[in-house]
Amino acid sequence: MNETNTQMPSTDDRPVMISVDDVTLAFGSKVIQHDVSFRVKRGSIFAVMGGSGCGKSTLLKSMIGLLRPTHGTYLVEKDNYWAGDDASRVRIGRRFGVLFQSGALWSSMTVGENVALPMQMFTKLEPDVIRQLVELKLGLVGMLHAIDQYPSELSGGMRKRAGLARAMSLDPDILFFDEPSAGLDPITSARLDELILNLRDGLGATIIIVSHELSSLFHIADDGIFLDAEQKTAIAHGSPTWLRDHCTDPMVHAFMHREQLDSSGSAGNG
Amino acid sequence: MPAMRMRDAVMQDGRGLFCACRPRNRAGKVAALRLERLVNTSVNGAPQWHLQPEANRTLVTLSGDWIAQEGRTPAFPTDALKDVPHGEPVEFSTDQLGKWDTSLISFLWELKRSAREAHVNVDTNTLPESAHKLLDLLPEIPPEPTPPPPHHFAPVAAVGQFTLDTLNEVGCVSEMGTAAAKGGLASLVGRGMMRTVDLMSDLNAAGPAALLIVGVVNFLVGAILAFVGSVELHKFAADIYVASLVAIAMVREMSAVMTAIIMAGRTGGAYAARISTMQANEEIDALQVFGIPVSSYLILPSVLALAFTMPLLYLYGCLIGMLGGFFVSYIMLDVSPLGYFHETIQALPLDQFTFGFIKSFVFGTFVGLTSCRIGLKAGRSAADVGIAATKAVVVGIVGVIALDAIFAVIANVIGI
Repeated sequence: MNETNTQMPSTDDRPVMISVDDVTLAFGSKVIQHDVSFRVKRGSIFAVMGGSGCGKSTLLKSMIGLLRPTHGTYLVEKDNYWAGDDASRVRIGRRFGVLFQSGALWSSMTVGENVALPMQMFTKLEPDVIRQLVELKLGLVGMLHAIDQYPSELSGGMRKRAGLARAMSLDPDILFFDEPSAGLDPITSARLDELILNLRDGLGATIIIVSHELSSLFHIADDGIFLDAEQKTAIAHGSPTWLRDHCTDPMVHAFMHREQLDSSGSAGNG
Repeated sequence: MPAMRMRDAVMQDGRGLFCACRPRNRAGKVAALRLERLVNTSVNGAPQWHLQPEANRTLVTLSGDWIAQEGRTPAFPTDALKDVPHGEPVEFSTDQLGKWDTSLISFLWELKRSAREAHVNVDTNTLPESAHKLLDLLPEIPPEPTPPPPHHFAPVAAVGQFTLDTLNEVGCVSEMGTAAAKGGLASLVGRGMMRTVDLMSDLNAAGPAALLIVGVVNFLVGAILAFVGSVELHKFAADIYVASLVAIAMVREMSAVMTAIIMAGRTGGAYAARISTMQANEEIDALQVFGIPVSSYLILPSVLALAFTMPLLYLYGCLIGMLGGFFVSYIMLDVSPLGYFHETIQALPLDQFTFGFIKSFVFGTFVGLTSCRIGLKAGRSAADVGIAATKAVVVGIVGVIALDAIFAVIANVIGI
């Protein structure tokens, strides 16, 4: 394996928003990923790619504060996330917005209340201002009509869009998306891609996406990392299009071209 | 009189002043001017906007930082664009615009909606590219707020509806019981859909795991009965009859009812929560699609477990209750252990046990069936799981006591 061809040459001089250094993730003694390092530039859309079960979501979990890495450092700008106490983690976490895989809406509240709750908890805005912002955020994801509906009354795609509106509720500058377009129809998915790009451009948010939806990744992501389940570490760094066109690693090549791996059986296209 | 007129005048004056301060009550141009003056006085860095009619356009100048969480977003008055001539576009100047987030979009959305009402064109191309894009994603027509559901006070209809619902529920529970019984018969001949594993784990949860709490409660009930009885019986030097009082009370009523109430709270609530969670996760739907009957796969083991363990727990409760009674009598009264034992045996014909045994079997079946039914009927949210569990406990306890009353009447009629 040639090292130069698994690393996209960087010409990006934007400031670094997130740096992950030699992070090792494990459940007990079972190592999921080891020595993962990467930088996310401010305002970029960073893709975490890899086959099913390689630990993409686990990496995301550790980045949003749900799982402490066993080793390594994780910096959000200058703040060392895992080194501080709970209060500092909560403070840094206020900059995060997370879209969970199945929306994770609070089921006893309407969609509107879901989006409003973080604002009620963390800001001193007047109720009618909150209502207006809730309408705006639901309007942006095309869910305004469902403002008074309960999550159980929504389809999977609608839940995901409502979850996105909730993730944006506090105007975070770092957004984490876990499989944003899985389970969406192509039109909704394209609309979501467009929305993500607009959010990045408009609000200057830094976006980290865990996904294996190739068409969407090629369209929106401008940097990324490829995790491998067998070597249990990152095997390539670069934007999805660069990895598709230039990466020589057979696993990455197969993934990016939707091919089967020749020798070892598991191609991660799930 | 002059004083009155004076005060009226002041009030009118006050009201007039107040109106003058509200730009919405004046014509659009005045409003714009007034607002212009108002916004220009605000703090440095605060979001500001400024409406200025020009030769063939209206220019909206945006400046300052528009951050939603700071809560300083100005509202856009709905009639501010009333005086803009038709056909002339509203354009934006964003040279002095600082940081912004959805707060600005929210303001622009309001502006766009009022422009639509005033039939004025808004040239969003003069906005920053991304703001323009975000604004385009938003619908132009605001949603109609959903009216709250009408609330009528109709007691007769409510009572009627309640009766119908209750009868319907009784029907559903009976139907479910029949289906479960059929499944049970099928299981007997080896064609059932019930897994022994499920039955065993349910039996364990409803039986051995409940021994401690059933024991503690019945011991205390027996002890309390002995306390209460001893006060009166001691006056007649009939201390020994505490034994028969405790024995008859425990065997006829207390053990069966207390055990059933404990199991309704403990196991009934658990069944309802479990089944309603399965409902929320579409697990019940998956069972139905596979053609696995819910009645014999899920409900039968649960109901069987309760119907089977409840009589055994009842017997256990009787024994422990009498022990509790003996404990109190031995310590407080002058009763020998042998005397207490003898009196207990004397007071209890065996058919008393049969009656209690049948009662607790019925209680067990009732608690099992109703809690499963409540779980199946529950909604699909997390709150609904809690509601279902609460409801199962309430219905179980009330139902057990109501059934016990019916049994008391039956016992009276047939003279047991």
